Amino acid sequence: MTTFSPQTQTSSPSPSPKSSLLPLYGMMAEFETPAQIMEAAKKVNAAGYRFWDCHVPFPVHGLDKAMGIKRTILPLLVFGAGMTGTIVGFCLQAFTNAASFSIWALVWVTGYPFLISGKPLMSVPAWIPIIFELTILLSALSAVGLMFLMNGLPRLSHPLLSNIRFRRATDDRFFIVIESRDPKFLRSKTEAFMKTLGAKHIEVVEDR
Amino acid sequence: MSNSSKGFIETDNTQQPTGSRAPLVLNMHKFGEVTHQVCRIAENRPPMAWYIAFVICLGMMGFLGFCVTYLIFTGVGVWGLNNPVMWAYDITNFVFWVGIGHAGTLISAILFLFRQKWRTGINRFAEAMTIFAVVCAGLFPGIHVGRVWLAYWLFPIPNSMEMWPQFRSPLLWDVFAVSTYFTVSLVFWYVGMIPDLATLRDRAKGRFQQFAYGLASIGWRGSMRHWHRYEVAYLLLAALATPLVLSVHSVVSFDFAVSQVPGWHTTIFPPYFVAGAIFSGFAMVVSLAVPARQLFGLKDLITMRHLDNMNKIILLTGCMVGYAYSMEFFIAWYSGAMYEKFAFVNRAFGQYWWAYWIMVSCNVITPQLFWFKAVRTSIPLMFILSIFVNVGMWFERFVIIVTSLANDFLPSSWDQFVPTWVDIGTMVGAFGLFGTLFLLFCRYLPMIAIAEVKAVMPEANPHVGHAGHAGSDHDDHGIPSGAVPALREPRSSEDSL
Repeated sequence: MTTFSPQTQTSSPSPSPKSSLLPLYGMMAEFETPAQIMEAAKKVNAAGYRFWDCHVPFPVHGLDKAMGIKRTILPLLVFGAGMTGTIVGFCLQAFTNAASFSIWALVWVTGYPFLISGKPLMSVPAWIPIIFELTILLSALSAVGLMFLMNGLPRLSHPLLSNIRFRRATDDRFFIVIESRDPKFLRSKTEAFMKTLGAKHIEVVEDR
Repeated sequence: MSNSSKGFIETDNTQQPTGSRAPLVLNMHKFGEVTHQVCRIAENRPPMAWYIAFVICLGMMGFLGFCVTYLIFTGVGVWGLNNPVMWAYDITNFVFWVGIGHAGTLISAILFLFRQKWRTGINRFAEAMTIFAVVCAGLFPGIHVGRVWLAYWLFPIPNSMEMWPQFRSPLLWDVFAVSTYFTVSLVFWYVGMIPDLATLRDRAKGRFQQFAYGLASIGWRGSMRHWHRYEVAYLLLAALATPLVLSVHSVVSFDFAVSQVPGWHTTIFPPYFVAGAIFSGFAMVVSLAVPARQLFGLKDLITMRHLDNMNKIILLTGCMVGYAYSMEFFIAWYSGAMYEKFAFVNRAFGQYWWAYWIMVSCNVITPQLFWFKAVRTSIPLMFILSIFVNVGMWFERFVIIVTSLANDFLPSSWDQFVPTWVDIGTMVGAFGLFGTLFLLFCRYLPMIAIAEVKAVMPEANPHVGHAGHAGSDHDDHGIPSGAVPALREPRSSEDSL
């Protein structure tokens, strides 16, 4: 559906005269169903915009592909963190239970060759559980930590979060936002383009 | 709004007609309805029953505080421990609570990997249950060490005493396994909750609520670029939590299996403990879900199908536990080891025979009733049976720990364990701690994973309908509430898992 939707209304930031002085963050289009935003996202991607995003209350299946998002490298980084955990787990136990030299770990510490029942000092099978747990711990923490970092979270404020209408993005509405920093962004042209997407509502988002 | 959530009529959505999916969300076709159903619990004053339960739990928790303080100031002698029975209620409660936690991780991680969409209705509070259960579990090894102020010796902290933990000991593996389990479960729970906390933030009326939920939701705004990494991270967490949960109760079982005590020194323990943990955990989920869905009107989200599925898992794991009980006996006889044989005959017919038969009746015999669908879909019966399982699984740990220790190799050193009021008070108090945390969670946090539930609704499929198909049209499907809407949406090829 490419025709101009008659219900589409545009509200410019005119209601309060003060707000028009604020710089522009971007243009926001509101949709009512996953199918609508899917179609619209394909068009925005095809139009060559780069700084734009979909804001949806739940991950819409296949929308990331429609937007042209490349698969994240997060799993590779997490694998690296997991391997770090494995090595740390091994070294920790080898040092504390089998070594007799000193290293600096905040204070100078010395290993202790723990000899029990004549068992070998390097009792690797008995170390497996802790190596495993540390691998999981570091992987899990890095998966979440890196995900936050790559997403630019946590953050305390965002221009979109000041928009009253945008509050339904976590409830039942689907939004496409094209940012003003996009090289192709031109308020009049972008607004005209957004009207072809079949949105229920189009609005200017201020950078407050 | 839905009708059935207020009445007492249960909609039966346990049937799945060929070629379609049984609905997981009843009487709701709009995303906004799901948001409202869940958020109103955190936004409005809770029902009277909540206050009554909260006061009772708070009182029990206070008594726990008193018992623990008394223990720390006096010493572990205030418990009924004696020379052969050096572990009793403390470790029984520890294993019991860790086990309870396992169902939450199973629901959130393993069912996620298996793409079991029905998990979305119950995963949030099952995960909360995991965390609160692990809090209770962590308390017991913490206080049973005697000199609580030296508990930090459990960790390999660089110190000038040049003293390190002994890493060949299963007790130390336990420290790492349980603390990793707690951390990963907490992170998993919190990450899953961020989008829903953002929903609460965006709906919040009060200034304080906006600030608190705003801080907790760390600026989440549903960006699809964020969702993309979020989903990958969530999948990774599920894939990491799955081997973790299996390892945790295996490591707990090593505390026993690696020792030489007859009745403990068996290779069946790791899988047997894991099955038992899932069994008890699912029973606890049912025990909590039944009153919670009634009290907060969540029957359209935690449907009969969810409960039926959980009861099937209880039946399956109950049979596995029953198999383990009989296999223990078989191996005790087949091994030809007289101490081993004695330990098991003594378990069933010795001084603790009553504990053994409570365990067998509650864990093996009564769950067999779940073979009947009428029992699986009867709210009162499943609630009673789930309580039975909780009792039975507590006794299982008691039987394993106490009977093995009380009568070991030398008859001259045999003794009997009798709990003191502090033992019993600490056990009861732990339920108070658990209940208090759980009630606070129900009151202030999203009890159901709102975003995940929306994603499994047929309306969430972007290939249903066509572009420009307005959302208001969804009202025109004309499905009367209470009818089986299973035939409404044909199964799409992409979602056929």
